[in-house]
Amino acid sequence: MDQLLAYIPAFPLLGFLILSLFGRNLPKQLIGVIGAGTVCIAALITIVVGIAFLQTTPEGGAFSQLLWSWFRVGNLSIDISLRVDALTLVFIFIITFVGALIHIYSAFFMWHDRDYARFFASMNLFVCAMLLLVMADNLVLMYLGWEGVGLCSYLLIGFWYEVPSNCRAANKAFLITRIGDTALLIGLFLLFQELGTLNIPGILQRAPDYFASGSSNIELITILLLVGGMGKSAQMPLQTWLPDAMAGPSPVSALIHAATMVTAGVYLIARMHVLFQLSPVTMAIVAIIGAITLLVAGCSALVQTDIKRILAYSTISQIGYMFLALGIGAWSAAIFHFFTHAFFKALLFLAAGVVIEALHHEHNIFMMGGLRKRMPVVFFTFLAGAAALSALPLVSAGFFSKDAILWYSWSAANGNSFLWLIALAGAFITALYSTRLMLVVFWGEMKTPIHEQPAQGMVIPLIVLAFFSVAAGFIEWPHNMVHLTLFSDHVQKVLPETVMKQGLPSEYLFQAIAAFMTFAGVYMGYMMYYGKPGVRWQQSPGLSATREFLFSGWKFDQLYQFLFVKPFVFITRINKSDVIDRMYNGIAQASLRLNSWFSISQNGSLRLYIVGVLAGILFIITLQLLL
Amino acid sequence: MVLLVATVLFTLGLIGVLTRKNVVFMLISVEIMLNAAGLAFVAAGSRWEQPDGQVMFLFILAMAAAEVSVGLALVLQIYHQHKTLDVENLKELKD
Amino acid sequence: MILVWMIGILLVGGIACWLVAQRNTFVCRWIALIAVITAFLIPVGWYVQHQPVIVAGDNWLVHFQADWIPAFGISFHLAMDGLSFIMLLLTFLLGVLAVLCSWNEIREKTGFYFFNLLWTLAGIAGVFVAMDLFLFYFFWEVMLVPMYFLIAIWGDFNRRYAAYKFFIFTQTGGLLMLLSILALYFIHGQQSGGNYTFDYFALLNTTMVGATARWIMLGFLIAFVIKLPMVPLHNWLPDAHSEAPTAGSLILAGLLLKTGAYGIIRFVLPLFPQASFDVAWFAMLVGVVGIVYGALLAFAQTDLKRLIAYTSVSHMGFVLLGVFAFREIALQGVVMQLLTHGVSTGALFVLAGMLKERLHTRDINQMGGLWTAMPRMGGIAMVFVMASLGLPFLGSFIAEFLILMGAFPVSPVLTIIASGGLVLSALYSLRIVQKVFLGQAQTVGEPPRDLSAREWVIMASLTAAIIFLGLYPQPVLDMVRNVIGEMVVRR
Repeated sequence: MDQLLAYIPAFPLLGFLILSLFGRNLPKQLIGVIGAGTVCIAALITIVVGIAFLQTTPEGGAFSQLLWSWFRVGNLSIDISLRVDALTLVFIFIITFVGALIHIYSAFFMWHDRDYARFFASMNLFVCAMLLLVMADNLVLMYLGWEGVGLCSYLLIGFWYEVPSNCRAANKAFLITRIGDTALLIGLFLLFQELGTLNIPGILQRAPDYFASGSSNIELITILLLVGGMGKSAQMPLQTWLPDAMAGPSPVSALIHAATMVTAGVYLIARMHVLFQLSPVTMAIVAIIGAITLLVAGCSALVQTDIKRILAYSTISQIGYMFLALGIGAWSAAIFHFFTHAFFKALLFLAAGVVIEALHHEHNIFMMGGLRKRMPVVFFTFLAGAAALSALPLVSAGFFSKDAILWYSWSAANGNSFLWLIALAGAFITALYSTRLMLVVFWGEMKTPIHEQPAQGMVIPLIVLAFFSVAAGFIEWPHNMVHLTLFSDHVQKVLPETVMKQGLPSEYLFQAIAAFMTFAGVYMGYMMYYGKPGVRWQQSPGLSATREFLFSGWKFDQLYQFLFVKPFVFITRINKSDVIDRMYNGIAQASLRLNSWFSISQNGSLRLYIVGVLAGILFIITLQLLL
Repeated sequence: MVLLVATVLFTLGLIGVLTRKNVVFMLISVEIMLNAAGLAFVAAGSRWEQPDGQVMFLFILAMAAAEVSVGLALVLQIYHQHKTLDVENLKELKD
Repeated sequence: MILVWMIGILLVGGIACWLVAQRNTFVCRWIALIAVITAFLIPVGWYVQHQPVIVAGDNWLVHFQADWIPAFGISFHLAMDGLSFIMLLLTFLLGVLAVLCSWNEIREKTGFYFFNLLWTLAGIAGVFVAMDLFLFYFFWEVMLVPMYFLIAIWGDFNRRYAAYKFFIFTQTGGLLMLLSILALYFIHGQQSGGNYTFDYFALLNTTMVGATARWIMLGFLIAFVIKLPMVPLHNWLPDAHSEAPTAGSLILAGLLLKTGAYGIIRFVLPLFPQASFDVAWFAMLVGVVGIVYGALLAFAQTDLKRLIAYTSVSHMGFVLLGVFAFREIALQGVVMQLLTHGVSTGALFVLAGMLKERLHTRDINQMGGLWTAMPRMGGIAMVFVMASLGLPFLGSFIAEFLILMGAFPVSPVLTIIASGGLVLSALYSLRIVQKVFLGQAQTVGEPPRDLSAREWVIMASLTAAIIFLGLYPQPVLDMVRNVIGEMVVRR
């Protein structure tokens, strides 16, 4: 079974190579088959590996395969080797399975695009890089995947490169994540200096003996890793790139900017959980960042009008939940939320893609409406996704995962009422904007005529994802209801169990409050948006200003523009011709000037020269006489 | 005494070089200076009762001859090319 | 003996080109190509034959010594170790590509052009194997003068200015180095009781203390860091790079800069271990300043070749940082950086040359949207832009990673600032792609054609090289392990 691991990333890589080298000369059908097929094969292999893993847990809790030795210098030794343990298995399952569905969808979605081959080449490369990220046995290989997904994200956000704003969005995404990546890299240096290894099992094994809990080094390392994770996962204050990243095609948003890549930060923290557990300060920071992010992004999602931007902000917000869960030590809850979120958010993006395509690339939700009757399949699948997003009790996967996070944010040893309140407010906001989205898009009267119905190939992935958005939650029930905890049993082979407080109130109470908040959000959305065209934010100037503030993402872009971009551009611009060059030109100028001075004496008058000679002789003789 | 004559001769030559504008006269003045130097050599030779002074004078004589021949040839060329022998107008080499 | 052959073929080939070109420029090109390929095959063939010996680990793989001017202790002493071997491979690989990419570009004085090209290559190859300081200086000048002609005759609009600047800067450094060599020669001669010699291995045993060592070391160091180049001695580079013909830029960026780094590793560190250790912190600081400063300037440029030239300044800052960290990991990283930077920046210059050939401009504001017309070139450019910003799985990442990792324990603060350079490198690299290949197509009239077969060969071989170095750098690291190891021990 160990030998099978390499094939999982190898097939998408093969697809990438074929498509990037010969893609332009292949017929479109073949491109689609190669692009989607390789990922499907990877998904099948993953399922085989997964079944083998579940049947008999391998020795050491992981399959591993050494491919070749990457580089060895001194005591630094890095291999290209893969490792699949329980945590990785969850991730590769999502990446290949959801990835395969999205690829099938895109084979139809992108059919009319000129650069069909380039699209699939980039997507396949992304899947390969993402798989390497989660399957890496050491942090350097993980960093390879980490940067690789960044590259693919860049390529795909700027896929329609002829529009300048798309390119700007791509650049922005790459740069902001790059800031996080650099922090991560510095974290690796520090980690290697302290522990002398970058092998993940080695680190996890040595760290508890080496570091004292809460020592400054471990705090620093974990904070650097956290910054890396924040960049990729679009957490405050590095979140500004994700809404702009929606410039890419919808399947890209679904795969990269909802299901997989943006959760890399969650993976990193979960993977390095031993280090994070050793540094309580960082854990608290993780929780607080998650809490703030989920609230801030949720508020922004409330007022967006572009359907994909709503979903983008909601993604940031949901990842905020995951960070919150990680920060309070609810490891399995965080991963479970990742698991369910991947399904329903991918579904929402794909369905949004269908809607946008059907309405002539209309992104504004207020130009949509009335699609409930016209596109029933899309409507029902979207409904399943939105229900999961707003965590409707018992009938949606989102409920099970989000409820766990809400419960732990109070009851875990690191949790407190403050975090719980924020999470609860977030749940209310989530329900509110989900309802708003549903009502505005699918109810009311039709404002834009439907241009085409989605192809069958696009509908099937939607249905599959909708099924999982409802059913994926049933494998993990709250403790007080049904005693079925398949997911956390599986994940806790790797991750520690959540430490709980003593003397807690009943869990039913919390579930009731959470459910109440969700329904309150839905009801408020219903009151505000049902059957009424437009929004009423504009009613008073105060509200209008607030709306403007939230709409622009709390003015973070403007702040960064003012703080970093403008000074940087200013400095580079004034120094374009290189100050130091002036210095050397100054030397050249000075010698030219001297030359012009001295050349005055060279006036060609013979008699003046003789006077000069005479003066010289007299001078020397005088010197001779005087001395 | 002889040295005094040599000094006067040298000064005359020098003044000639400095004040004359015509190249030919300047050349003649240079010759006078050379001869003044030669005279000084001879005087010194007789003072120290050494033959070297006269040997040096022969050298100077030979050199002066060579100089005049080359110099005059140059002067001729200059006159051919510029139609003038006034040094004030001969400033081709200026900067 | 193979070393002599290698250099000899280039020198003779150069003269042959010059002579033949008066009758037939076509034959001349082929002579040049065959000469460089032969020179390339010599070390490759040698490697295939002697691989077991290399693994066994004698430092000095090939020796050749003959008397030249015995009266002054000057001998024709060539030797090759792992480091030299690696540099030679790079030299000839880029040499072949340089000949290929001037195939159609050079239309006048073809013979003299290839003469200069081959002689520069011979000089560079000589620099990498000369083990006699006099001979080293000789080759140092042999690579300089033909390069001056390459820029001054076949350069761009402002070529005279650039050529003079290049010549004066490097010649100043060369002069200081000559003084240092002579000082070393006399000091060693006196110490060893009248055994005056320029031989590298003999001079290694010279003992010097304090100020003497420092001044002599500075003479060498300044010559090398001008070539490297180090901020603030870098100003010749943007001008020379942007004005030189494509092959000239390729050789300048790919090889000439490397001779500076090679010189530091080969001469400065072993000859003056203590003195160089004393200036280490300063050198590292300047290296980091170079990384940041070069990146800032690169971001501001609008001339494509100038932009790439400033990225070289930035990347060479890593070399300085790594060398003076005196750690095995960092030094290995430096060797990798020399290789990968040669390949990746060379490739970028070749691309810039191709773009200029098609669009007749180097101004990136006048480009844009070229991906539509030239998807292949766009793809290749993407690879090398990513190499320049240090994306893993391309060689540059290994290099920068090792350098930073090696330097980190020595000076965390400087290393962190240098890592910040990675963000800046992303800024300027993405700007290249965005301005040139993305955006709305700006072409008036016929769109430029995509890569021709010849260009495809050039770029494909460079791409293969950079990916190979990124995925399997171990052969290179093994090759220089002993050399580096000895250097670290010596410290």
